[in-house]
Amino acid sequence: MADINNGYLLQQLQGRFEADIISADEPYGMLTIEFNKNKIVELLSYLYDHNQLQMQFLTDVCGIHYPDNAGKELGVIYHLHSLQNNLRLRIKCFMPNDAPEIDTVSSVFASANWQERETFDFYGIHFTGHPDLRRILNVDEMDYFPLRKEYPLEDQTRTDKDDTYFGR
Amino acid sequence: MQNNELDLANNPEAKEYTTLNLGPTHPATHGIFQNILTMDGEIIVNAEQTVGYIHRAFEKIAEHRPYYQVTPLTDRLNYCSSPINNMGWHMTVEKLLGVQTPKRVDYLRVIIMELARIADHLVCNSVVGVDIGALTGFTYVFQLRERIYDIFESVCGARLTTNIGRIGGLERDFSNETVKLIKEFLVEFPKVFGEFSNLLERNRIFIDRTVGAGPISAERALNYGFTGPNLRATGVDYDVRVMNPYCSYQDFDFTIPIGKQGDTFDRFMVRQQEMLESLKIIKQAFENLPEGKHFAEVPEFFLPPKEEVYNNMEALIWHFKIVMGEADVPKGEVYHSVEGGNGELGFYLVSDGSRSAYRLHFRRPCFIYYQAYPEMIKGSTISDAIVAMSSMNVIAGELDA
Repeated sequence: MADINNGYLLQQLQGRFEADIISADEPYGMLTIEFNKNKIVELLSYLYDHNQLQMQFLTDVCGIHYPDNAGKELGVIYHLHSLQNNLRLRIKCFMPNDAPEIDTVSSVFASANWQERETFDFYGIHFTGHPDLRRILNVDEMDYFPLRKEYPLEDQTRTDKDDTYFGR
Repeated sequence: MQNNELDLANNPEAKEYTTLNLGPTHPATHGIFQNILTMDGEIIVNAEQTVGYIHRAFEKIAEHRPYYQVTPLTDRLNYCSSPINNMGWHMTVEKLLGVQTPKRVDYLRVIIMELARIADHLVCNSVVGVDIGALTGFTYVFQLRERIYDIFESVCGARLTTNIGRIGGLERDFSNETVKLIKEFLVEFPKVFGEFSNLLERNRIFIDRTVGAGPISAERALNYGFTGPNLRATGVDYDVRVMNPYCSYQDFDFTIPIGKQGDTFDRFMVRQQEMLESLKIIKQAFENLPEGKHFAEVPEFFLPPKEEVYNNMEALIWHFKIVMGEADVPKGEVYHSVEGGNGELGFYLVSDGSRSAYRLHFRRPCFIYYQAYPEMIKGSTISDAIVAMSSMNVIAGELDA
């Protein structure tokens, strides 16, 4: 049996999803792939059911915002973990600012439910098919998505603070 | 109401349910959580959770602060074991920078982290006792937690939100006072812990109340992203300290206690055993403490001693650069996780080379596993739901970030 490592994992993925892997990299030892967002559920199910890889633990889901990447402004980042092989995988899916939609993976992993709600809450990314996509940490009445880069940390018109030297 | 899966054999319309607000500020929830329970008499039919009451926008703040200023934010995640969060963050930055810490730093960190784990588990387990009416154990073991806080205080000056250590090491080596306090603790802990165990572990009333309360299967727990003692109580031996050893954990000899049924009693017992394992680790680290410096050679991140800043030009420059956030950071992205008090605490850090993180995401274990709570308490009584919640060790600060 082949060693189950990043190389094997990438080879398996390329065998199945050749056209959908946009790029692959290995920063700090974790295989990181940029993936076609339309096939995320298919990818996660494949990894879940793969009888050697057994990537059955979803460690983390979070969003990211690159306002300067035209057409790929918003991203969702998944961290998967195969507890059997102690192998981790990071998957990134990017989408344009004006159509921030991606399929939910909560049908594969129950833990994605709240994490996707959190991502929606902070980045406004819509998870198609999510059972209960509402804001989770912020108030329901909020009309913006605070972790997007265009929102400053605090009101820039404040005059009671002078922190010029600290770059705020 | 959403997610209302009424699997009653008879016609659901024929019944009238009671809606009960458990929380947001209820003395039995130990934090600000709201659960809107749908009750059929005494039985919980459905629970709808509301979280976010103490959301403080840590991820947004972290994008605007230099790396060393993120440490105080991590204090306020799981505030029952802040040193683990602090050191997890420091190790994440060290991983990004490629810093190799001296063995002594690792061992000193392990001692502090394991003390924090004991403090965390003591609070959780004694509170399980409180919620079923055994207040004595709680007041008794809190004296021990006080000892642990005394140790933290002698290392870093703070007790609860410790902000302990720095990127690259600890701010100072253990003093004679610290060593004395740790030695006293190592002698005192087994005695008090033994009495606490005697009080509850084989207590008939305690067993009757906790066995079978809020159970979850290993399969569901994994699917829900459980980590830490809650996952181990279901029988899965996943422990970050063993699977991905950080901070020289591979040097120590300890076992991973696991449970079987994933109910409140198993969670309680796993934590009890883990405290003893932590004690073993502390003893080993303490006895084999290597000589050396208490910090790594990263002058661009590790603040020089104050007396040198006043008398040494180079130290003054570094001090100025650190405080003003001028240090260069490599571009890249890194995920690092530590075994926190209640599970895998992860830090996903994206750096664009500037003074602060481009994106920092905290993988907060209890945010992820708390969503399984309705499933765990459906069909049980309120008293079981209360004790199941306290045995899950859900910490509001970590839940809401």
